[in-house]
Amino acid sequence: MTLFGRLTWDAIPFNQPIPLITSLVVLAAVAAIVIWITMKGWWPYLWNEYITSTDHKRIGIMYITLALVMLVRGFADAIMMRAQQAMAIGQSQGYLPPEHYDQIFSAHGTIMIFFVAMPFVIGFMNFVVPLQLGVRDVAFPTMNNASFWLTASGALLVNLSLFLGEFARTGWLAFPPLSEKAFSPGVGVDYYLVALQISGVGTVLTAVNFVTTILKTRAPGMSYLRMPVFCWTALASNLLILAAFPVLTVSLALLMLDRYLGFHFFTNDGGGNSMLYMNLIWVWGHPEVYILVLPAFGIYSEVAATFSGKPLFGYRSMVFATLAICIISFCVWLHHFFTMGAGADVNAVFGIASMIIGVPTGVKIYNWLFTMYGGRVRFTVPMYYLIGFMLTFVIGGLTGVLLAIPPVDFIVHNSLFLVAHFHQVIIGGVVFALMAGYTYWFPKAFGFTLDERLGKAVFWCWFIGFHLAFMPLYVLGFWGATRRMQHIPDPTWAPWLDVAFVGAAIIGLGIVLTVVQLLYSIKTRDQRRDVSGDPWDGRTLEWLTLSPPPHYNFAVLPDVHGEEAYWTRKQTAIKEEQLIPEPNYQPIEMPVNTPTGIIVAFFASLCGFAIIWYIWWLAIVGLIGAFAIFVWYAWRDEHEHIIPVEEVIANARERRRIRMEHLHTVSQST
Amino acid sequence: MVPVLLTSACNRGILDPVGPVAGAEKQILINSTAIMLAIIIPTMIATVGVAWWFRRGNTKAEYRPDWEYSGAIEMVVWAIPALTIMLLGGIAWIGSHDLEPSKPLASKTPALKVEVVSLDWKWLFIYPDQGFATVNQLVVPAGTPVSFRLTSATVWNSFFVPQMGTMIYTMPRMATRLNLQADRVGVFNGLSSHFSGDGFSGMQFKVQVLPPDQFAMWEQGAHGSGLKLDSAGYAALSKPSSYVKPMTYGAVAPGLFDAILANRVPSNPVPLPDHNRPVNGTKA
Repeated sequence: MTLFGRLTWDAIPFNQPIPLITSLVVLAAVAAIVIWITMKGWWPYLWNEYITSTDHKRIGIMYITLALVMLVRGFADAIMMRAQQAMAIGQSQGYLPPEHYDQIFSAHGTIMIFFVAMPFVIGFMNFVVPLQLGVRDVAFPTMNNASFWLTASGALLVNLSLFLGEFARTGWLAFPPLSEKAFSPGVGVDYYLVALQISGVGTVLTAVNFVTTILKTRAPGMSYLRMPVFCWTALASNLLILAAFPVLTVSLALLMLDRYLGFHFFTNDGGGNSMLYMNLIWVWGHPEVYILVLPAFGIYSEVAATFSGKPLFGYRSMVFATLAICIISFCVWLHHFFTMGAGADVNAVFGIASMIIGVPTGVKIYNWLFTMYGGRVRFTVPMYYLIGFMLTFVIGGLTGVLLAIPPVDFIVHNSLFLVAHFHQVIIGGVVFALMAGYTYWFPKAFGFTLDERLGKAVFWCWFIGFHLAFMPLYVLGFWGATRRMQHIPDPTWAPWLDVAFVGAAIIGLGIVLTVVQLLYSIKTRDQRRDVSGDPWDGRTLEWLTLSPPPHYNFAVLPDVHGEEAYWTRKQTAIKEEQLIPEPNYQPIEMPVNTPTGIIVAFFASLCGFAIIWYIWWLAIVGLIGAFAIFVWYAWRDEHEHIIPVEEVIANARERRRIRMEHLHTVSQST
Repeated sequence: MVPVLLTSACNRGILDPVGPVAGAEKQILINSTAIMLAIIIPTMIATVGVAWWFRRGNTKAEYRPDWEYSGAIEMVVWAIPALTIMLLGGIAWIGSHDLEPSKPLASKTPALKVEVVSLDWKWLFIYPDQGFATVNQLVVPAGTPVSFRLTSATVWNSFFVPQMGTMIYTMPRMATRLNLQADRVGVFNGLSSHFSGDGFSGMQFKVQVLPPDQFAMWEQGAHGSGLKLDSAGYAALSKPSSYVKPMTYGAVAPGLFDAILANRVPSNPVPLPDHNRPVNGTKA
């Protein structure tokens, strides 16, 4: 046994130009950013305000930043796959050999789900939920910071596989026996397993945090049926995480036992059964879809109500539909393998259960429709995404129900039809919502709005790009094209694959324009300052406070009357032409910053890296380090710091002055 | 043999069924799509229409800022998807039972038995009653049900001939069953539809559907092949390779399928290298 386990110079892809050049470019970019921050002297600010922050808003922003960065990585994988499939037709083998192409589609799926969609959604839950509930922070602020850094640690390990070794060549769910040591002896699957185990801990801690926050810490008067729908969907999503992610952890742990210690859970020999993994992973995998899409539905609900100038239609029905989906989503996992030969009764029962999810989802579509009905619809960027989503998602729903009919699944399972379907619901459902939420809550986070014109350009890129990229895949699916093909056998598929490539390129343009929009909006921020704290004429409590909100969110926790806490309050103020009497301000206790999260994640990354490369001494160092930090943190003396009442009053009076001014403008205009 | 049939396969996939299973499945696909489109198209039109009519600038649209509930509408919006799903659920239930892959097809002609083994990365078709086997080429008589038993010697794959219908997984140490039939004479594409590693894309095969009399001739020809699938032959065949040209074994060790199923045959005699590139056979 050597000092560095199986890590040798061979791990660096010297002989493979694509990963080598990519690695160098990425390293150069990271170095440039680090040098730039150092030269600007921003490290203390970043350290104090973000990296060690226990402020849920800052943690939310870090999550979303991570998601956007990883979106670029995941998209790079996507465009490489589309290029390969457009090139490798007939006689040509394209530019990616199978062992590289297989890593790319595995990394694409893993990254897009675990390190783009999940942190994006969790980022919004972090930023929005405590504000909407009218409280100062989540239940466990330090744990929240640690959750983020553990997720980042997983993302780091996945990206490290680009420079050192390889990533899994097994697809994003690493089905055994292909992912067993006998068939995948390299480090790729180990990168996958370890990265997901570490980030999975972060995700479960997040769920513990948010379930507690939503159930136990709400503003006075905020009963369950007065919570904004986004909070309801966040609750449902976190309950799903709590129930589903431990299953993922166990499935991956069993596979690790097989790979590391020669166990036989899923092997071909020794009594293993790979079907067991298929069941376990989808018991997590199907609820995972709803973990992502339920908060997306929440975002659409907020957007629909705000920009229609009306309360959400059928609020209770919406809540019921959310909880129904939450429960039924655990009863459908078998529809991922109708073609395993389970038998007619089992297939039919799971097929029908899967279709039943279409009922509450359909109800939601109609409720958003009736929210717009009788409203005054403002066609802002988030509203574009809502309407784009409603049009795209119903088709995704149709193809989803088709896949739920076992005899139809028998001919389209695993085909490009399936690929088109899940991208339609994930891009059309989740990504559109995230982009809507990004535009909607950006001014709350940073105090100025994003440029509207560029925002609409980004929308059209996603909308048109998506349809060009994925509608051809439905057609190819009908023609018998299956997924994960490094080489296309039939030359007649070429035109459709070319169109799909163009579509992906247009989505790429949309991602570039998102960056342009951000930079341009920062540059011209003075023209679009949000001084009122309520740029969209909002209805929920996050619009009550300043933009950006002070660390403690609210000087005094708001009293909630009615379903739309802020809207009710705003209308009363407008009618009476005065604000509620100034309350008795008190000093506020807030949790202190802590480097616990990042240090734990540092040791977790070391430990993970060491496990991947069999460097056992380092794995032990990492484990002990991470544990020692927890112990050290548990013995801390200082938990909270006090924000002096003067500061609270100064902020609150400023906010009241702005609201009074706003009130005068409103009453003059009516 | 039958040169006229070796012309390039027409490939319109599942929309061009050549047998009863594929035909029934295509029909269910079309019916269900039509049922759902009847609901979805009006919904899509209404979405755009409502959003546009109630735009802020439209003074003719009535603004009802407090309207948030209507029991009648709630009932309708729950009823529409519920009724649609009840209808489709019925289709799913009946379809699942009628088209259950393991159910033998009703026919006067006795079924042809074929045992399918997925290897890294090619397909082995054993004809147990005839005692011969083919690789990457399935030959069946037209109008005759084919009863498959399937397994895998290595990792998971899925056996799929789009124009014949239903696919089914091949899994090591497990046998699945599938019944298909092709009524149209011709050459059709087959593939693995479950990713199985680096040589996966080269795991295509051809299905030749022959008129019964020509099938009988082909059977005789197959017996004449000098290649033997004994333990040495199987060891050679099971080495990882991709894009393997079709071949025929005139004789097969009896009980080979069950031996593979019971893991009594070494599946991978050569340990896989770290970068396990498929060995390219002659390209088809």
